[in-house]
Amino acid sequence: MERVEVAAAPNGVANSRQRWKYLDKMLTRSGPFSDPDTNFGDPVIQILESRKILVIGAGGLGCEILKNLALSGFKDIHVIDMDTIDVSNLNRQFLFRQADVGRPKAEVAAEFVENRVKGVKITPYCGKIQDKDDDYYRQFHIVVCGLDSIEARRWINATLVGLVDDNADSLKPLIDGGTEGFKGQAKVILPTLTSCIECQLDMHAPRPAVPLCTLATIPRQPQHCIEWAHIMAWEEERKDDILDTDDPEHITWLYQKALKRAQEFNISGVTYSMTQGVVKNIIPAIASTNAIVAASCCNEAFKIVTSTNPFLGDGNNYMMYTGDDSVYTYTWEHLKLDDCPVCGNLAKELEVGRDATLEELVAGFADRPDSQLKKPSIRSEAKSLYIQFPPGLEEATRPNLSKKLSELVEDGEEIAVTDPAFQIAFKYKIKFTS
Amino acid sequence: MASGTTTPPVLHGPTAKEKKYDRQLRLWAASGQAALEEAHLLLVNLGSGVVGVETLKNLVLPGIGQYTILDSATVKEEDLGVNFFLDESSLGNSRGQATCKFLQELNPDVKGHFIAESVEGFISKPQSLKAYSLILVSAPIDPSILSQIQQHATETFVPLFYIHSLGFYAHFSLQLPHTWPIVDTHPDPVSTTDLRLLKPWPELLAFVKGKSAGLDDMNAHDHGHVPYLVLLLYYLEEWKKEHEGKVPSVYKEKNEFRDIVRKGMRSDNAEGGEENFEEAIAAVLKSLNEPTPTSAVKEVFNAEECKNITKDCPNFWIIASAISTFHANTSLLPLPGSLPDMKAQSSDYITLQNLYKSKARADIASVLSTVRSLEKELNRQTSIEESEVEAFCKNAGHIKLIRGRPFHVAKTGEKITWGDRAKTMVNALTDEGSLVLLYIGFLAWDLFCGGDAEKVPGTHDADGDATTLTQTARGIIAKLLTEADKELEEEELETVHEKVGQICQELARAGGAELHNISALTGGLVAQEVIKAITKQYIPVDNTCLFDGVRSVSSVLKI
Repeated sequence: MERVEVAAAPNGVANSRQRWKYLDKMLTRSGPFSDPDTNFGDPVIQILESRKILVIGAGGLGCEILKNLALSGFKDIHVIDMDTIDVSNLNRQFLFRQADVGRPKAEVAAEFVENRVKGVKITPYCGKIQDKDDDYYRQFHIVVCGLDSIEARRWINATLVGLVDDNADSLKPLIDGGTEGFKGQAKVILPTLTSCIECQLDMHAPRPAVPLCTLATIPRQPQHCIEWAHIMAWEEERKDDILDTDDPEHITWLYQKALKRAQEFNISGVTYSMTQGVVKNIIPAIASTNAIVAASCCNEAFKIVTSTNPFLGDGNNYMMYTGDDSVYTYTWEHLKLDDCPVCGNLAKELEVGRDATLEELVAGFADRPDSQLKKPSIRSEAKSLYIQFPPGLEEATRPNLSKKLSELVEDGEEIAVTDPAFQIAFKYKIKFTS
Repeated sequence: MASGTTTPPVLHGPTAKEKKYDRQLRLWAASGQAALEEAHLLLVNLGSGVVGVETLKNLVLPGIGQYTILDSATVKEEDLGVNFFLDESSLGNSRGQATCKFLQELNPDVKGHFIAESVEGFISKPQSLKAYSLILVSAPIDPSILSQIQQHATETFVPLFYIHSLGFYAHFSLQLPHTWPIVDTHPDPVSTTDLRLLKPWPELLAFVKGKSAGLDDMNAHDHGHVPYLVLLLYYLEEWKKEHEGKVPSVYKEKNEFRDIVRKGMRSDNAEGGEENFEEAIAAVLKSLNEPTPTSAVKEVFNAEECKNITKDCPNFWIIASAISTFHANTSLLPLPGSLPDMKAQSSDYITLQNLYKSKARADIASVLSTVRSLEKELNRQTSIEESEVEAFCKNAGHIKLIRGRPFHVAKTGEKITWGDRAKTMVNALTDEGSLVLLYIGFLAWDLFCGGDAEKVPGTHDADGDATTLTQTARGIIAKLLTEADKELEEEELETVHEKVGQICQELARAGGAELHNISALTGGLVAQEVIKAITKQYIPVDNTCLFDGVRSVSSVLKI
């Protein structure tokens, strides 16, 4: 086997590969499944150490991802997270200690891994992904996401799809992990080539909301009473205070309101913990599931960069994982949609009633699992139908809301829908059902 | 109470511990957490020693009681490139001590210990394994020592894990005690809904009669708020009148029945339908089924332990026996007593909920009285807590029994036998979805090095060792075929040989090295199974799990 020498690492670690003895087995030896064109040894090591990789999220998945990438031989890692550390993070976000509560996650996580693994450089950014422009994202070779928000996933997905041009380097693989309790998934997206987050959106359908009339008049479950306190009682009695779901006084107030209402209706089961869960939309989270999903993501990142073995994305691109009943994974190919509003070429067909109003269409975009747009503005080929910002335009287009769609657009006409949460326009083709 | 908008203090607000563990308590509750905090794990850490430490990380964080790391290695430069719980200051020190210290920092509630002794020395002392409620062993280990640990685990009913993480591949086997019953399996909430629609009881029918009286003449509001359960029971009674007292049983009849319910829905309103009727229509196919126990429940009822309960047998079997009697008498399992949410007036829903709760309580009382008479008959010393009987009855349809089995310890000169699994494993050889060939690869790997970390395949000559390893693996396959008394067609055997050859090449390529990602992933899987074994909640792997990081696929085998 050839001996490999590389240049000194940034913070003065001896330039021997002894530390990477184990990793180097895979970086210097070909295998039965590895790409025959891979230049094992020095060239692969050079590539691995020079690739810039971006980690989005420094929470449960992010902590794991940073550790894993540092111990996979990556040297130039960046991390973005807008949150600060909360005490309920400590049961799984292992780079944080009690004394760190209140500090920015990205900064503490970067510091910790840099100190532990010598030679790795981790650059934190404490803020939103939306603060950064295309030039920022263009510097990376690969992006790994450990997020709990579907909006943020859609945003980075659309951004990376938008970066793709004729230059091969413009295609940045996006590796995305997600967990909920004992379940999770890891997937690889090659923007414009394979199924993207937007193609997969209906797999992340929001939970159906309880109708307001149930909350207002016929509650049956403890959760209905809590939602009533959250949505209605607060607005009525404390509308001058901004509800802070991290403020124990606020949660306590909601809990007691909900409890009282539940007693009126003979409903049992309202607890403080349930109140907190409903109001903050808490998803159970444990270290082991995060470890599994994050490691799977990093394993794919490592394979993509080093070509030491085939990676997800070429064929199969999605691994689903369930661990509550034995261990089960399902690895498959999620197909790219031709009419995906982000990466497809075709406008998506939208079936609507001829007599439905524009207002109903606007409201419907929030509920449709395949759109989930909360503040949509709509333009037809000919004119602006409803524009939410700025207020002047909103006022000018508001009268359209009560009009029937058949008065505003033709059957088969394309409309463009924009939303302040996303930087692209979603294309739809109107098809009247009646 | 203070005046104005001041909120009175909460009497039972969350404690500091509840706040810290909030996200996991929502999964395994205070009872699971208490079990975790009682546990003391032993990690026998061998080889490059990462997968075991990564497992412990995922157990220290949620607050396992105690852990002990048995590791006689000294921290070397190469450890720092793969193990996160070491740093420059650890070089030259005991690896057990250093990893113990860094793991301990993750959670001050947890007690960490280390023993920097060789596993041979440690195990030769009497009672050395006695303190531990669960044992983890990471390969490579001397097979005779592994056998000793296995024997201890079998005799003392301690769960034992044996783990490999090599290159892109990983394996673990879990040996549970011979009898491993689980009550709290956490089934999908939808599947727990037993509404007993085909066996309604008098109080429920009386309520239905009252609520459905004059259905056709009700005003729009009332008609749209008759709970779907009442609608189904009402139309069922109507159906029975026309069908000699029989309920719709085959698919065709259920379809007809569904159409009748659909016809009852008023659609001359703004919504063009009624939500309660929509719910009733949707529930027809899944709710109108005879409640037959699942095969897992039958397995419990048919177990020797259930049929021959004894004075000293675990509570589980006494309750299972009582429920089996209940089932023999009524053809029913105790009613779980929960009711799904449905469109209804609050008061109607609460009344229905109470009807289901009372019936569930009556069933529990019946089971409890059988339990008490069994206790008396057997002259048992302490009586079973009512709450235990109640929890069992609520989940009676979803209980599970796992029969723990010893895993293979591959020893040179000793044949690997498959017993009653031989035929299934032969079928798995040609099954695309099974990773049995990877399992055989790991057996061959164990045979190759005999537990000596200095002699693992691929230490110096990956290609040469891959050839030897493949020969060994083919030998294991040949013996499996002989034991199962089966033959593969020539072409099939060729494919099997080719595939196992590739696996052996990949194993030899690793040269005993762990990849951090694969060890982190495996550490996640093992930790999750440890949590299931300790809390006796959720369903553990029975009994071997493999992960192939080349293709990102996993497989569970019962060996």
